[in-house]
Amino acid sequence: MKAIVGLFIVMSMLISSSTYALKAGVPLDFKDAEHEELYNDMLHELRCTVCQNQSIAGSNAALADDLRGHLYKMVKEGANEQEIKTFMVDRYGEFVLYRPSFDSSTYLLWIGPFLLLLLGGTVLVLNVRSRKKINSSSDLTAEESELLANSLGSKKEKK
Amino acid sequence: MNRHMIPLVIFAALLLLFWVGLGLNPKIIPSPLIGKEAPKFEVPELHEPQKMVNNEMLKGQVTLFNVFASWCIACRQEHHHLLKLQRQGFNLVGLNYKDEKQDALMYLRQLGGDPYTMIGFDYKGDVGIEWGVYGTPETFVIDKKGIVRYKHTGPLYREVIEKELIPLIRKLEQEP
Repeated sequence: MKAIVGLFIVMSMLISSSTYALKAGVPLDFKDAEHEELYNDMLHELRCTVCQNQSIAGSNAALADDLRGHLYKMVKEGANEQEIKTFMVDRYGEFVLYRPSFDSSTYLLWIGPFLLLLLGGTVLVLNVRSRKKINSSSDLTAEESELLANSLGSKKEKK
Repeated sequence: MNRHMIPLVIFAALLLLFWVGLGLNPKIIPSPLIGKEAPKFEVPELHEPQKMVNNEMLKGQVTLFNVFASWCIACRQEHHHLLKLQRQGFNLVGLNYKDEKQDALMYLRQLGGDPYTMIGFDYKGDVGIEWGVYGTPETFVIDKKGIVRYKHTGPLYREVIEKELIPLIRKLEQEP
């Protein structure tokens, strides 16, 4: 019985070492804390291209298993963050990064929100200014203004 | 221009943006491989495991490199198109992605035949990662020098084959 269990364990180890697929949340061994941190950081930086709104950290897609396996292997072999990103981008394109690099194809993506903020802000400022002008330039004569002020004032007093 | 026209213009611009933006398919990711040499790989051939299939074998003639699997439902939709392309004389090389050998062989038998000159057996899916495969079926066009020139993600259909694939292959065949 023990021999069978032992054989089973050895076989399952062989199977898991022969393939790169790694299920989500499986506890892993790392050389040091730095490696573990890199692995965990990259898990959240990389998009699963099958299920596009998930990082490979939590996705259960088969491809995410494979990519996690590859990531783990690369980290173990001492690859740095840039090397891992380059590996993924060379195969899946900038889309695989949640924070794509800043280049000609992603200018609008990065600057767009600020451009819109600037546009909105400009419209707001212009609008407020033109309203101020309307308020300050009154058609009433001095006499009328005084009368208006008085009547408003008297109303307040009545209250 | 009248002041009151401004909101209308903004509305029209938004309408155009949404019209174009929502018409795009977010599942289609442009491949970074286009214009680059086909990724290096070497895997056993599906029918004859003692032979190997590698990237060098994609050179020499314009080749359709098609990634498929027996578990891939969408692959079944395009299979008769692949058979037709083979009958028309095009060179197809298959990559059987993350599949069991027996399942793959049965799949080809059931669907009317094997359209491929050779099939790489990518059991672990490593070759798939090299090619950036994320949604089978995927079809690449490789030119005579072994450069990736085109990629289609998802099943091939008549319009794509007639309007994009075949004209491109004809053009690439004219290249040295």
